[in-house]
Amino acid sequence: MNFISKTKADFKVVGTRVPRPDGVDKVTGRAMYGADITVPSMLTGLVLRSPHAHATIDKIDASKALALPGVKAVVTSADLGVPEDDYLRDVQDNCLARGKVLYHGHAVAGVAAIDMATAKAALKLIEVSYTPLPHVTDVDAAMAEGAPVVQEGRADESVPEGSHPNVTTLQEFGHGDLDAGFAKADKIISRSFKTAATHQGYIEPHACLASVGTDGKADLWCCTQGQFFVREMCAAMMGMAASQLRVTASEIGGGFGGKTTVFIEPVALALSRKSGRPVKIVMTREEVFRATGPTCSSSIDVKIGMTNDGRITAADAQLRYQGGAFPCETVGMGAQSAFAAYDLDAVRTQGWNVLTNRPKEAAYRAPGAPMAIFAVESVVDELCQELSLDPLQVRLINAADAGTKSSYGPTFDQIGLKATLQAAVEHEHYRAPLGENQGRGISCGFWFNFGGNTCVSLNLNSDGTVGITEGNPDIGGSRASISMMAAEELGIPYEKVRTIVADTNSLGHNDVTDGSRVTFAVGLATIEAARDAIRVMCERAAKVWGIDPDAVIWEDGCAKPSGHNAGAFDPMSIEEIAASASDTGGPIAGHYEVNAEGAGVSFGVHIADLEVDPETGHTKVLRYTVFQDAGKAVHPDYVEGQMQGGAVQGIGWALNEEYIYGEDGRLENAGFLDYRVPVASDLPSIDTVILEIPNPGHPYGVRGVGETPIVPPLAALANAASRAIGVRMSELPMSPPKLLAAITAKG
Amino acid sequence: MQYMKPQTAAEAATLLAQNAGAARVLAGGTDLLVQMKSGMIEPQMIVDIKHMAEVREIAEEDGGLRIGAGVSGQQLGEHKGALAMWPGVVEAVELIGSTQVQGRCTMVGNLCNGSPAADSVPAMMAAGAVARIAGPNGVRDLPVEEFPLGPGKIALETGEFVTSVFLPARPKGAADAYLRFIPRTEMDIAVANAAVNIELAGDGTIKAARIAIGAVGPKVRLVEDAAAAIIGTKLEPEAEAAMVAAARAAASPISDKRGTVEFRTQVVGVLVKRAAHIAMARAGEKA
Repeated sequence: MNFISKTKADFKVVGTRVPRPDGVDKVTGRAMYGADITVPSMLTGLVLRSPHAHATIDKIDASKALALPGVKAVVTSADLGVPEDDYLRDVQDNCLARGKVLYHGHAVAGVAAIDMATAKAALKLIEVSYTPLPHVTDVDAAMAEGAPVVQEGRADESVPEGSHPNVTTLQEFGHGDLDAGFAKADKIISRSFKTAATHQGYIEPHACLASVGTDGKADLWCCTQGQFFVREMCAAMMGMAASQLRVTASEIGGGFGGKTTVFIEPVALALSRKSGRPVKIVMTREEVFRATGPTCSSSIDVKIGMTNDGRITAADAQLRYQGGAFPCETVGMGAQSAFAAYDLDAVRTQGWNVLTNRPKEAAYRAPGAPMAIFAVESVVDELCQELSLDPLQVRLINAADAGTKSSYGPTFDQIGLKATLQAAVEHEHYRAPLGENQGRGISCGFWFNFGGNTCVSLNLNSDGTVGITEGNPDIGGSRASISMMAAEELGIPYEKVRTIVADTNSLGHNDVTDGSRVTFAVGLATIEAARDAIRVMCERAAKVWGIDPDAVIWEDGCAKPSGHNAGAFDPMSIEEIAASASDTGGPIAGHYEVNAEGAGVSFGVHIADLEVDPETGHTKVLRYTVFQDAGKAVHPDYVEGQMQGGAVQGIGWALNEEYIYGEDGRLENAGFLDYRVPVASDLPSIDTVILEIPNPGHPYGVRGVGETPIVPPLAALANAASRAIGVRMSELPMSPPKLLAAITAKG
Repeated sequence: MQYMKPQTAAEAATLLAQNAGAARVLAGGTDLLVQMKSGMIEPQMIVDIKHMAEVREIAEEDGGLRIGAGVSGQQLGEHKGALAMWPGVVEAVELIGSTQVQGRCTMVGNLCNGSPAADSVPAMMAAGAVARIAGPNGVRDLPVEEFPLGPGKIALETGEFVTSVFLPARPKGAADAYLRFIPRTEMDIAVANAAVNIELAGDGTIKAARIAIGAVGPKVRLVEDAAAAIIGTKLEPEAEAAMVAAARAAASPISDKRGTVEFRTQVVGVLVKRAAHIAMARAGEKA
């Protein structure tokens, strides 16, 4: 079904830059974040965490803590059941360790007390007996013979016999004859890469408030990307019916995928149930680093063959990811996305997930893709250097297009990669002169995008304004874009629409805010809900006029007779219809429920200019331009913000961000001083070029834009650095000590 | 926990002496409060000195400047006399923390924190600054180079605290400079740092020099050999190379999360070289 019913010229609201609905609240402090919720008789909850990287828990004795005046409850894994479902059990065991601690910072017990000082004192009084075990934190070391076993028996059926027990899955994709392809190549380059684990670095630490009543009804307020999955997981862990647990999402101070799981919420609920009082838990930044969900670190081998005129003949990649101490599927997305930008006859990717003694991975913006594409785009760049070919032209020669059978299987529909590459070729940045010690790097990026389960209600208020109830926390401007799409469809001003994010008892299930799905899927559902309401409003006008509903059309916020034959009636405005609703059949609402498909994949191209100080290895990003296909940019400010924000997170990943573990398996940089995200003064203005190649799967042509922009920066900067210093950089982050060592080794 | 606000240095010294080990001095608080919040320390008493007379002042004295222990980075940065006389010290102090921290942090606090990576300490050392210390037995002066003893260890006796730092008078043709290496552009801690203080003779040769390096050993230290290598020269390539080699030889860094031994040793030489040229150029302008 082709939804496209409007061309660009038709849009009145979509594509404008209206004021954001959350702006004033956020800059004045009125916005209610996770830690801002307070209720009477509330207790303070804290979590006791493992000092060991790997150890058995022999005994937990909380008697001294419980004897301290003001301490109301202590919980451990024994206070929760043992879920049968593997995934749910892993999430729960990550919230409260069962039997073994699997990484430094792993939660062991929770305590609730009348105030912070008492809770802190109580933590010190909980006695835990551990037997330390050997640990492993590096992905390659964890696969090697003799490596400490993190968990036994977690391999799925894909893992070849004889593999180390830490290997939990092997995912393979591709098509064609690799040997024949490599035989056609004039030049083959094989290279190995490593990338460090990085954290999403959202500004708001996790926070929640749980209140369980004596009748078993419970409320949970929390900072999350998805109140519905929080309810599902917590209800299952607590042995509750979903209807009895209402979850309300707070305003959210960043998520980037990291808030698509639970950490403290089940602990707070268990403490509240045990103490009979509401319990609030707010993580410290140190806890966020140690015990939430950074992304995978990786070790990747890439081999690509190319002809002298730049055609890729074969491509092969082995990807090894660690996503912490529990099975993790992220490597599969890396393996699928690695070569997605290319139209290839022979391609293979194999991805292994490996257990280590590190925190359980959570999603991070295009999970798995940035590191895979970093490795691939680095080898493509090196081939361009070796064969003296223009890196953008080589990408154009090999670019995937509509009809290309992708490296991971599906055949692409309309995609914007070639147009995006062409825009980069034509941009002045690509031809701008470079100075000494400066290099320019380019990279393509890709993300699948997602649709998913979505449920939207649209209510017509009695004054003719509109309220929209949706179920996905707004992490990237979705309330604005949803209101805009509703206003567009209804033919009314944006200011007449207000969108709110509802709790779990107000709507049907909505999938978590991930996969860049919300503007696409919730937008689609909103447009359909508006069409549903329009149908009702046309019926009401028809009833007043005494004509057939089919003879009424909707235009510019009014019902109108469809033509002369329908009758001579003045248009009836949405305000008039709303005001008379009680006489024409009662309240008017529209709604729509869908498991949305057709999200439409997304491509981007980045150009980065970098200068490297040859004496210190210090880097300076001089200029940066992002080109991306947005399908249709509903609110261009937000689209540009996504493109800039993704680029900046990728720049951090490329240059300085990394989880640093000591020999003792402990994280050494659990704070923003030594976990170095870029600060404003580190960055140039990130220029953006939005392309609009409509997605046939959305009524207005929208594609998700949030994740793709974090994918290209790793390779764009590595390619820029490699060209600036004349040495191929294959390990991230390219911190100054690594760059200076490479420069020194070159001599 | 007790919060005390003594009115005189003697009172403060008495409180500190009576509560040795349990009391901490509060001036700007930008190290103290962070350490308390993170649970590193749990003091029983806070002795606030920032309201005391002369502690908040920058006073002229014998042609030099006396900087009180409560003078913030912001206040020093806006003092035209300090900037003209000791541009290297001022630029070092202004690198402590963020813009917000600058409103509170003090040079004396930076010294008393005892960090080998402190920004202002190499600059003070190169400047020949002298710390004034109050204690149960009265007042004493101690050159800054004798103040740090090791990571977190300083040359204060029980009950003692620093009330001010004295920056000496400047002859014509003299200037200083401070540089640090951080992976980013701000909000960071030095991986290596260096301060160079130069006095030129009438003919443009270096008459006197002091060079200090930090974050490349257990404490900030003066490198006399590096200074000696450029005295009597105009910082020609040979002298420059000797100075850099001496600075690297004096470095005894560790490898940690912030940098390797090789990196720090290499970079401290680069910083000394660059700071020396900046100081040279500034001194030339004042000749």
